Parts: sequence; C-alpha cells; structure tokens
Amino acid sequence: MKERILLCGNEAIGEGAIQAGCQFYAGYPITPQNELTAYMARRMNEEGRVFIQSESEISAINMVFGASLAGARAMTSSSSPGISLKQEGISYLVGCELPAVIINIMRGGPGLGNIAPSQADYFQATKGGGHGDYHTIVLAPSSVEEAFSLTFLAFDLADLYRNPVIILGDGVLGQMMEPVSQIQNSRPKVKNYSKDWILNGCRGRNPRIIRSLLLGEGELEKHNQRLQKKFKEIKEKEVRFEALYLEDADFILVSYGTVSRICKAVVSNLRSLGKKIGLIRPVSLWPFPEEIIKKTAKRLKGILVVEMSAGQMLEDVKISVEGACPVYFYGRMGGGVPTEEEIFKQVIAL
Amino acid sequence: MAYIKIDKEKCKGCLLCVVNCPKGLIVQDEEISIRGVEMVSFQDKDNECSGCAFCALMCPDVCIEVYR
Amino acid sequence: MEKTFSRPKSMRNVVMHYCAGCGHGIVHRLICEVIDEFKIREKTIAIAPVGCAVLAYDYWDFDTTESAHGRAPAVATGIKRILPDRIIFTYQGDGDLAAIGTAEIIHTANRGENITVIFVNNAVYGMTGGQMAPTTILGQKTETTPWGREPKSDGYPLKISEMLSLLPGVVYIERTAVNNAKNVLLTKRAIKKAFLNQIENKGFSLVEVLSSCPTYWHMSPVEAMKWIDTEMTKYYPLGVIKNNC
Repeated sequence: MKERILLCGNEAIGEGAIQAGCQFYAGYPITPQNELTAYMARRMNEEGRVFIQSESEISAINMVFGASLAGARAMTSSSSPGISLKQEGISYLVGCELPAVIINIMRGGPGLGNIAPSQADYFQATKGGGHGDYHTIVLAPSSVEEAFSLTFLAFDLADLYRNPVIILGDGVLGQMMEPVSQIQNSRPKVKNYSKDWILNGCRGRNPRIIRSLLLGEGELEKHNQRLQKKFKEIKEKEVRFEALYLEDADFILVSYGTVSRICKAVVSNLRSLGKKIGLIRPVSLWPFPEEIIKKTAKRLKGILVVEMSAGQMLEDVKISVEGACPVYFYGRMGGGVPTEEEIFKQVIAL
Repeated sequence: MAYIKIDKEKCKGCLLCVVNCPKGLIVQDEEISIRGVEMVSFQDKDNECSGCAFCALMCPDVCIEVYR
Repeated sequence: MEKTFSRPKSMRNVVMHYCAGCGHGIVHRLICEVIDEFKIREKTIAIAPVGCAVLAYDYWDFDTTESAHGRAPAVATGIKRILPDRIIFTYQGDGDLAAIGTAEIIHTANRGENITVIFVNNAVYGMTGGQMAPTTILGQKTETTPWGREPKSDGYPLKISEMLSLLPGVVYIERTAVNNAKNVLLTKRAIKKAFLNQIENKGFSLVEVLSSCPTYWHMSPVEAMKWIDTEMTKYYPLGVIKNNC
C-alpha cells in the first residue's frame, strides 16, 4: 500500500517550499500559521538550510530581501496582522525586482480580530497593501494538496518574473489535515533561473547596485513602465482557475480557497436537483481570471460571489462582468464560515 | 620635502584642511571654483610641508593627494 | 617624490553630494581604504541606509544594496546567512540605526551575526532637513526641537552602543570621531578591526563614528568639528566600549 503522507495545510506549504529548494526562511509567531514556522524550524535545519525566527514580521521580510538579492530562494510566512507589517518590504521587493514567496494564512480582522479563517485580506494582496504601483502574483489554494503544489509553483513564478508571489490561504486551510499524494521519495526537479543580477561580490565583473531609489529625472517613471510591462506579461500568461459545468450553466458561483469547496458541495447538490449551475474558482487572484468570467457572464442569468469577507473579490468579478449579468454577493465576516445550507438558500432565493 | 595637490573641481571650500594643517600652509584665496566656491590653495614657499597628510585625512571630498 | 596619500581604489572618483564639511565623505573614504588594504573589494557587499548616505552606492566601487529605513541589519543577516564567506557591512545613520531600526540592530547584534556595522552619529536627521535624532544632545536645537531638546518631552540622547555592548553576541564596539586628524586615524583603526573581526569570523562588530552636520547644526564646518569635542563627546565619550577579541 503506498505510504500516505498526511499533513496540515501549513506543513504542506512548508514541504512545498523545501522541495522547491527554498534556502532561506524567516518567520515570526502568529496564529493560525504557527505550524508552518515550526515545520520550517525542523525541516530547514534537517536540510542544512537557513531558518531564522526574527524579532518581527518587518525584519523577517527584510531578511528575505537580503537572502533573495544574494541569490537564494527565500520565503516568509505570517497571518493578516503580520502581513500588514510586511507591506513596505513587499513594495521594496517589487521595486528592486527581487523574487520571494510570502505566505498569508488569513485570520479574522480588522485589528487583532480573531484566529478564525477569513478572506478579508484579498484587497491587501491583490491591490497592493504597500505603496506605489505594483502587483504581486497571488495564488489561492483550496486544498492541502494544492497548498503544496502552489507553493512549489510560487518559487518558479517568483524567479521567472523576479517578483514576490503571495500564497493566500486561511486558518481552515492551514490547520486542516489531508493526504498529499504529490509528496513521494523522488522530489520534483527544481528549475534553475538566471541569477546574473545578484549581489555576491564583484569578482570578475563590475559592481552591481540593487535599489529602488531612482531620483534622476524620469528615471522612476521609466522603471515603472518596465514593471508594468512585466505585469502585463504575467496577466497574459499566468491566469489560473478551475471551472465546473460552464458548458450548460445559466447561473454560477464564483469563489476561491476554502469557501470554493463549500460552494462545490452546493453546486453538486443543486445539479442533482436539475439546476443548471456552475462554478468558477480563481486560483490566481492576481492576475484575476477576467476573460473566462467576462465570456461566461454573457450567457448567464446571474453570478453569486461567495467570500469570507464583506465582498472584495466581488469587485473584480463585477469589473470582469461589465454589467453583462447581475452579480450577487453572500459573505460571512469576522471569521465566520458560510455553511452549505446558507449558500444553498441564497442561490434558491435568486 | 613634500607637497600636496588639490582637486579644485571637487573642493567645496569647507576649510577643514586649512585649520588642520599644522603649519598653516593651506589658505583660502580669491579664486572661485566652478562650483562657485572660494578655493583653497597650497602655499609653501619655504618648503615646510612634511607630508603629514592631516589635510588629506580631514578632507571630506578626497580632494588632496600627498607626495613625499 | 612618491604619492603617499590618494583616493582609495574602491572609492569611485566622483563628486559626492554631501554638504561641505560633512563627515560622511571621510567615513566613506576610510571604509574604502580598509577594504583596499584587506583586498576584499571583490568579496564585499554593502547595505546603504535611508538617509544622507543612501547614495553611498554611487561612491563605492563594490556591490551595494539599499535597504528600507532601519532594516539594514535584517538585510545584512539575510545576505550573510546565504553568503557566509562574503564581507557584509551596513552603513547607517543615527535615525536609521537607533530610532526606527532599534529592533533590527539589537536582535542582529544579539544573534551575533558575523557582520560589521558602521554607525555614523551626527545627532540629527540630515536628509530630511535636520530633525531631532535619538542622539540629539540635550539642549540642541533642531527642526523638531526649536527651543532645544528637552528630556520631559523628547527623552534623553540614546546610548545605543553602550546598550548593545551588553549583548554576548557582540565582540567589538568602539566609538570614535572624524573631527580631527588623530581621530580620523583612530576611526580607521577601529573600522579596520571591525572588518578584521568579520574576516576572522569573530561575530558582531560595530563602530560608532561621531560626525558633523554643519548644515543642520547651523555652524561652519570648522565650528561643527569643534562642537563634537566641546559638546558631543561629553555625552558620547570616545573609546572602546567593548572588545572581546
């Protein structure tokens, strides 16, 4: 019988990073992501790599900044309040075009909030919680298996585009355990990316400078234009989503992460009742899957967006739909998790 | 015995060399540099300069070379 | 006749943006002299602060990055852990190190990271127009203490170097000044020792350099250098604060 590896989401993310060749991890305690920090403390040392528990989330992201510019795959993780502290660092990473992976296991907010799951950091992650025009790639797993694979992918995308990538999980995903079939003895091959830009001492080359301060006339604007070109390319190439029953659906749910699993149950339930209902689950929250939603909306009676928030992805759905059909919303805030029955009733009522 | 050369383009006229030269061999004169700064110049008629480099040590803009 | 003093190789031959008489230029030169003497230009990675010296990478001829305000020690930690055989140093001002970056410098020192920190203390925030810094002297007038720093509302000048010396991970801290030729030579000696400690994997070293800010002390460069002796060293005495190696 094949060995089944059972991990919680936080650990799966950690193992995803380890197998992706993450050389440097800095973290700080915060619920509900503590299992990840603990996992990395043990596993990174086992692998002979660098683990640091830093004095704050701010110093952790700046340590990642240093490790990344020195050429290492680097990651930090936290939960909502801690991610707020990292926003300046994330903006610097984008400005300096440095790869990094940032994990946010979201919890209830605002403020200290609670430690229940939430999706209320969607805006912060996808619209940029830091300063300046920038984007991070944002990937949202909905299973422990996907938490592993998307973290692995995040390191490739970060290196490919030299840009930070955020994994947006939540307290449920982080804490629940599921088998992760992808973890076998043979590890997936880690791709190499050109590191001809890093700072490792100028032996045999001219000295390099990595900075985001550009004071010269028009210099920063040119830099921004280059970044926008990068974001355009990412939008064209890195959209990821899952779609169910779009062929005949006349109504769909749009939801991501943990909530999308609840919505899948509602969809199958309603379909068994003969309702032509479908689902779109964005996997990349940025770049947002606008095209599929825009195309599908034209033949729909309506869309119900379901989130653990006051409605944030809702706005991106509305932008994509451009009024082609009504867009409704159902959400729970402050760590509340919508139940299958609640969503079911919402759909029936529409 | 020894002498110094002053890079007139980089001098900002801070006069730290003037006050730190133990023998007062550097003076501020009327010549205005391209930076609009009253220049300093090395005047050592009696060849007193010992090459101690105090002036160079104190120059924030690395304008002074010392020869000995 | 032989040239006995000239611009160090690892210092770019450009005009620096610093004000006339600013001590940064001297400290920059001393670092480059030490790097030349140890022949480590090709192994050195510097972290410039946010502050007047943010443009240091235009003056140094070796790999340099620029960290967020106060975070240089964290960035240095990340680099050093990944490239332990390279020479990493942060160059920080008093606001950068002893105000916003206090947590980073304390914990980096407490971890005994094998890096070198050059801490330039000129008692004000220069780049932003001369505001009070953690090291502003009592009674000193600044943009934000127009009637002079007053303990009840502004607290006391922070003795960060003395605080850091309590940490076991710290092997060497010295406070010097660049206000006269003798002190410049002592500063160079201290910087040299701090870099040697790193080369010999001894642990965390920091050199605090009292430096002048004529513009925001509202003095001439010559008076500013004197003020360091008459006022600053009263509160910030020069000398070795810790030396475990």
